[in-house]
Amino acid sequence: MSNASFVTLFPVIIGLSVVLFTLGVVGVLTRRNAIIIFMSVELMLNAANLAFIAFARSFNQIDGQVFVFFVMVVAAAEVAVGLALIVAVFRTRQSINVDDINQLKG
Amino acid sequence: MLNLETIVFAILALIAVAAAVLMITSRNAVHSALFLVVVMSSLAVFFLGLWAPFVAMVQVAVYAGAIMVLFLFVIMLLGAEKIGARMGRSWQLPVAIGMGVVVLGLGVFMLLNTAPIEVLDRPAADIVMGSAEAIGAALYSEWLFPFEAISILLLVAMIGAVVMTGHAGKKKSA
Repeated sequence: MSNASFVTLFPVIIGLSVVLFTLGVVGVLTRRNAIIIFMSVELMLNAANLAFIAFARSFNQIDGQVFVFFVMVVAAAEVAVGLALIVAVFRTRQSINVDDINQLKG
Repeated sequence: MLNLETIVFAILALIAVAAAVLMITSRNAVHSALFLVVVMSSLAVFFLGLWAPFVAMVQVAVYAGAIMVLFLFVIMLLGAEKIGARMGRSWQLPVAIGMGVVVLGLGVFMLLNTAPIEVLDRPAADIVMGSAEAIGAALYSEWLFPFEAISILLLVAMIGAVVMTGHAGKKKSA
Protein backbone atom coordinates (compact mmCIF):
# COMPACT_ATOMS: atom_id res chain seq x y z
CA MET A 1 0.00 0.00 0.00
CA SER A 2 1.59 3.24 -1.07
CA ASN A 3 1.55 6.11 1.35
CA ALA A 4 1.83 8.68 -1.47
CA SER A 5 -1.73 9.22 -2.54
CA PHE A 6 -2.47 9.69 -6.25
CA VAL A 7 1.22 9.38 -7.18
CA THR A 8 0.78 6.32 -9.36
CA LEU A 9 -1.96 8.11 -11.28
CA PHE A 10 0.31 10.96 -12.37
CA PRO A 11 -0.11 10.63 -16.20
CA VAL A 12 -3.88 10.28 -15.79
CA ILE A 13 -4.01 13.48 -13.73
CA ILE A 14 -2.15 15.35 -16.47
CA GLY A 15 -4.63 13.82 -18.93
CA LEU A 16 -7.52 15.13 -16.85
CA SER A 17 -5.86 18.55 -16.92
CA VAL A 18 -5.69 18.35 -20.75
CA VAL A 19 -9.39 17.40 -20.96
CA LEU A 20 -10.49 20.24 -18.67
CA PHE A 21 -8.34 22.74 -20.62
CA THR A 22 -9.92 21.56 -23.90
CA LEU A 23 -13.41 21.97 -22.44
CA GLY A 24 -12.46 25.54 -21.49
CA VAL A 25 -11.27 26.20 -25.06
CA VAL A 26 -14.53 24.83 -26.50
CA GLY A 27 -16.49 26.98 -24.06
CA VAL A 28 -14.65 30.14 -25.14
CA LEU A 29 -15.23 29.30 -28.81
CA THR A 30 -18.89 28.29 -28.63
CA ARG A 31 -20.53 30.55 -26.05
CA ARG A 32 -21.62 34.10 -26.90
CA ASN A 33 -22.25 35.35 -23.36
CA ALA A 34 -19.18 37.33 -22.25
CA ILE A 35 -19.56 36.17 -18.62
CA ILE A 36 -19.58 32.49 -19.64
CA ILE A 37 -16.51 33.12 -21.82
CA PHE A 38 -14.81 34.48 -18.69
CA MET A 39 -15.84 31.43 -16.71
CA SER A 40 -14.37 29.17 -19.42
CA VAL A 41 -11.08 31.07 -19.10
CA GLU A 42 -11.22 30.37 -15.37
CA LEU A 43 -11.70 26.67 -16.18
CA MET A 44 -8.55 26.74 -18.33
CA LEU A 45 -6.58 28.42 -15.51
CA ASN A 46 -7.82 25.74 -13.10
CA ALA A 47 -6.70 22.98 -15.45
CA ALA A 48 -3.24 24.57 -15.62
CA ASN A 49 -3.21 24.77 -11.80
CA LEU A 50 -3.95 21.05 -11.59
CA ALA A 51 -0.96 20.33 -13.85
CA PHE A 52 1.24 22.63 -11.72
CA ILE A 53 0.25 20.83 -8.51
CA ALA A 54 0.75 17.39 -10.10
CA PHE A 55 4.23 18.32 -11.35
CA ALA A 56 5.11 19.87 -7.98
CA ARG A 57 4.21 16.55 -6.39
CA SER A 58 6.13 14.46 -8.92
CA PHE A 59 9.33 16.52 -8.66
CA ASN A 60 8.87 16.89 -4.89
CA GLN A 61 9.29 20.67 -5.10
CA ILE A 62 7.24 23.41 -3.45
CA ASP A 63 7.77 25.92 -6.29
CA GLY A 64 4.89 24.56 -8.36
CA GLN A 65 2.49 25.21 -5.50
CA VAL A 66 3.86 28.75 -5.05
CA PHE A 67 3.26 29.36 -8.75
CA VAL A 68 -0.36 28.26 -8.37
CA PHE A 69 -0.73 31.14 -5.92
CA PHE A 70 0.51 33.58 -8.51
CA VAL A 71 -1.92 32.13 -11.07
CA MET A 72 -4.76 32.57 -8.58
CA VAL A 73 -3.80 36.19 -7.89
CA VAL A 74 -3.63 36.99 -11.60
CA ALA A 75 -7.00 35.27 -12.08
CA ALA A 76 -8.54 37.34 -9.29
CA ALA A 77 -7.18 40.57 -10.80
CA GLU A 78 -8.39 39.50 -14.24
CA VAL A 79 -11.88 38.77 -12.93
CA ALA A 80 -12.11 42.13 -11.15
CA VAL A 81 -11.06 44.12 -14.23
CA GLY A 82 -12.96 41.89 -16.68
CA LEU A 83 -16.24 42.05 -14.81
CA ALA A 84 -15.87 45.83 -14.47
CA LEU A 85 -15.40 45.97 -18.25
CA ILE A 86 -18.48 43.79 -18.78
CA VAL A 87 -20.57 46.02 -16.51
CA ALA A 88 -19.33 49.14 -18.37
CA VAL A 89 -20.11 47.56 -21.78
CA PHE A 90 -23.56 46.49 -20.57
CA ARG A 91 -24.33 50.05 -19.42
CA THR A 92 -23.55 51.55 -22.82
CA ARG A 93 -24.81 48.78 -25.17
CA GLN A 94 -27.47 46.97 -23.05
CA SER A 95 -25.98 43.61 -24.11
CA ILE A 96 -23.00 41.41 -23.33
CA ASN A 97 -23.45 39.14 -26.34
CA VAL A 98 -20.03 39.23 -27.98
CA ASP A 99 -21.63 39.09 -31.45
CA ASP A 100 -23.30 42.46 -30.73
CA ILE A 101 -20.08 44.13 -29.59
CA ASN A 102 -18.40 44.77 -32.93
CA GLN A 103 -17.43 48.45 -32.82
CA LEU A 104 -14.48 50.14 -31.17
CA LYS A 105 -16.60 53.28 -30.68
CA GLY A 106 -18.62 53.36 -27.47
CA MET B 1 -5.07 -2.43 -9.39
CA LEU B 2 -8.27 -1.16 -7.90
CA ASN B 3 -7.29 0.48 -4.67
CA LEU B 4 -9.00 3.29 -2.82
CA GLU B 5 -7.00 6.06 -4.54
CA THR B 6 -7.99 4.87 -8.00
CA ILE B 7 -11.67 4.74 -7.05
CA VAL B 8 -11.57 8.21 -5.50
CA PHE B 9 -9.72 9.53 -8.54
CA ALA B 10 -12.20 8.00 -11.00
CA ILE B 11 -15.24 9.38 -9.18
CA LEU B 12 -13.72 12.85 -8.81
CA ALA B 13 -12.52 12.95 -12.42
CA LEU B 14 -15.98 11.93 -13.67
CA ILE B 15 -17.61 14.63 -11.52
CA ALA B 16 -15.15 17.27 -12.72
CA VAL B 17 -15.47 16.45 -16.44
CA ALA B 18 -19.26 16.09 -16.28
CA ALA B 19 -19.62 19.41 -14.44
CA ALA B 20 -17.30 21.11 -16.95
CA VAL B 21 -19.36 19.78 -19.89
CA LEU B 22 -22.58 20.93 -18.22
CA MET B 23 -20.97 24.32 -17.53
CA ILE B 24 -20.22 25.02 -21.19
CA THR B 25 -23.53 23.63 -22.46
CA SER B 26 -26.10 24.90 -19.96
CA ARG B 27 -28.43 27.62 -21.24
CA ASN B 28 -28.62 29.52 -17.97
CA ALA B 29 -25.51 31.46 -16.89
CA VAL B 30 -26.32 30.95 -13.18
CA HIS B 31 -26.30 27.17 -13.70
CA SER B 32 -22.94 27.50 -15.51
CA ALA B 33 -21.48 29.39 -12.54
CA LEU B 34 -22.70 26.74 -10.09
CA PHE B 35 -21.26 23.90 -12.22
CA LEU B 36 -17.93 25.76 -12.26
CA VAL B 37 -18.06 25.77 -8.44
CA VAL B 38 -18.45 21.96 -8.59
CA VAL B 39 -15.39 21.68 -10.88
CA MET B 40 -13.29 23.89 -8.59
CA SER B 41 -14.33 22.00 -5.47
CA SER B 42 -13.41 18.62 -6.99
CA LEU B 43 -10.05 20.08 -8.08
CA ALA B 44 -9.54 21.16 -4.46
CA VAL B 45 -9.88 17.51 -3.43
CA PHE B 46 -7.27 16.60 -6.08
CA PHE B 47 -4.94 19.19 -4.53
CA LEU B 48 -5.45 17.55 -1.12
CA GLY B 49 -4.53 14.18 -2.60
CA LEU B 50 -1.41 15.66 -4.20
CA TRP B 51 -0.04 16.92 -0.86
CA ALA B 52 -1.06 20.52 -1.29
CA PRO B 53 -3.54 21.12 1.56
CA PHE B 54 -2.99 24.88 1.82
CA VAL B 55 -3.52 25.41 -1.91
CA ALA B 56 -6.67 23.29 -1.64
CA MET B 57 -8.06 25.53 1.10
CA VAL B 58 -7.18 28.65 -0.89
CA GLN B 59 -8.85 27.10 -3.94
CA VAL B 60 -12.09 26.65 -1.99
CA ALA B 61 -11.98 30.03 -0.24
CA VAL B 62 -10.73 32.26 -3.07
CA TYR B 63 -11.85 30.51 -6.27
CA ALA B 64 -15.04 28.67 -5.31
CA GLY B 65 -15.84 31.36 -2.76
CA ALA B 66 -14.83 34.90 -3.64
CA ILE B 67 -14.36 34.76 -7.41
CA MET B 68 -17.53 32.77 -8.11
CA VAL B 69 -19.57 35.02 -5.81
CA LEU B 70 -18.31 37.94 -7.91
CA PHE B 71 -19.42 36.13 -11.09
CA LEU B 72 -22.86 35.32 -9.69
CA PHE B 73 -23.24 38.88 -8.41
CA VAL B 74 -22.54 40.36 -11.86
CA ILE B 75 -24.81 37.83 -13.63
CA MET B 76 -27.70 38.70 -11.34
CA LEU B 77 -26.90 42.43 -11.38
CA LEU B 78 -27.07 42.55 -15.17
CA GLY B 79 -29.91 40.02 -15.49
CA ALA B 80 -27.70 38.27 -18.04
CA GLU B 81 -28.86 34.68 -17.41
CA LYS B 82 -30.14 34.04 -20.92
CA ILE B 83 -28.00 36.34 -23.06
CA GLY B 84 -26.16 34.60 -25.87
CA ALA B 85 -27.68 31.20 -25.17
CA ARG B 86 -27.93 30.55 -28.88
CA MET B 87 -25.17 30.82 -31.47
CA GLY B 88 -25.63 33.77 -33.79
CA ARG B 89 -23.91 32.07 -36.71
CA SER B 90 -24.56 28.41 -37.27
CA TRP B 91 -21.16 27.60 -38.81
CA GLN B 92 -19.33 28.55 -35.61
CA LEU B 93 -20.28 25.48 -33.58
CA PRO B 94 -18.75 22.75 -35.83
CA VAL B 95 -15.62 24.86 -36.35
CA ALA B 96 -15.29 25.36 -32.58
CA ILE B 97 -15.75 21.65 -31.86
CA GLY B 98 -13.22 20.78 -34.58
CA MET B 99 -10.67 23.14 -33.05
CA GLY B 100 -11.40 21.68 -29.61
CA VAL B 101 -10.68 18.20 -30.95
CA VAL B 102 -7.42 19.52 -32.44
CA VAL B 103 -6.38 20.98 -29.05
CA LEU B 104 -7.28 17.73 -27.29
CA GLY B 105 -5.35 15.71 -29.88
CA LEU B 106 -2.34 17.98 -29.45
CA GLY B 107 -2.42 17.54 -25.67
CA VAL B 108 -2.76 13.75 -25.90
CA PHE B 109 -0.02 13.61 -28.56
CA MET B 110 2.38 15.57 -26.32
CA LEU B 111 1.44 13.45 -23.32
CA LEU B 112 2.19 10.23 -25.20
CA ASN B 113 5.39 11.45 -26.86
CA THR B 114 7.26 12.86 -23.89
CA ALA B 115 9.61 10.74 -21.85
CA PRO B 116 7.79 9.25 -18.86
CA ILE B 117 8.48 11.25 -15.74
CA GLU B 118 10.07 9.32 -12.94
CA VAL B 119 7.67 9.59 -10.02
CA LEU B 120 9.33 8.11 -7.00
CA ASP B 121 7.15 6.66 -4.29
CA ARG B 122 8.93 8.27 -1.38
CA PRO B 123 8.24 7.53 2.27
CA ALA B 124 5.78 10.01 3.67
CA ALA B 125 8.37 11.80 5.83
CA ASP B 126 10.45 12.78 2.77
CA ILE B 127 7.62 14.32 0.77
CA VAL B 128 7.62 18.09 0.52
CA MET B 129 4.16 18.98 1.71
CA GLY B 130 2.53 22.29 0.83
CA SER B 131 1.69 23.33 4.35
CA ALA B 132 1.14 27.00 5.15
CA GLU B 133 4.60 27.19 6.76
CA ALA B 134 6.41 25.70 3.76
CA ILE B 135 4.63 27.93 1.24
CA GLY B 136 5.13 31.02 3.40
CA ALA B 137 8.84 30.28 3.73
CA ALA B 138 9.17 29.88 -0.05
CA LEU B 139 7.15 33.04 -0.75
CA TYR B 140 9.16 35.26 1.57
CA SER B 141 12.60 34.00 0.56
CA GLU B 142 13.00 32.73 -2.98
CA TRP B 143 9.84 34.26 -4.43
CA LEU B 144 9.95 37.60 -2.59
CA PHE B 145 10.24 39.86 -5.65
CA PRO B 146 7.35 38.22 -7.61
CA PHE B 147 5.32 38.34 -4.41
CA GLU B 148 5.81 42.11 -4.07
CA ALA B 149 5.27 42.67 -7.80
CA ILE B 150 1.99 40.81 -7.72
CA SER B 151 0.75 42.92 -4.82
CA ILE B 152 1.17 45.97 -7.08
CA LEU B 153 -0.75 44.11 -9.80
CA LEU B 154 -3.65 43.57 -7.38
CA LEU B 155 -3.60 47.26 -6.40
CA VAL B 156 -3.65 48.32 -10.07
CA ALA B 157 -6.53 45.91 -10.81
CA MET B 158 -8.52 47.31 -7.89
CA ILE B 159 -7.98 50.91 -8.99
CA GLY B 160 -8.77 49.95 -12.60
CA ALA B 161 -12.06 48.33 -11.66
CA VAL B 162 -13.13 51.34 -9.59
CA VAL B 163 -12.12 53.82 -12.31
CA MET B 164 -13.89 51.91 -15.09
CA THR B 165 -17.21 51.49 -13.34
CA GLY B 166 -17.15 55.02 -11.90
CA HIS B 167 -16.38 56.62 -15.26
CA ALA B 168 -19.20 54.76 -17.04
CA GLY B 169 -21.68 55.93 -14.41
CA LYS B 170 -20.69 59.61 -14.74
CA LYS B 171 -20.86 59.42 -18.55
CA LYS B 172 -24.44 58.20 -18.42
CA SER B 173 -25.65 60.86 -15.97
CA ALA B 174 -23.89 63.73 -17.80
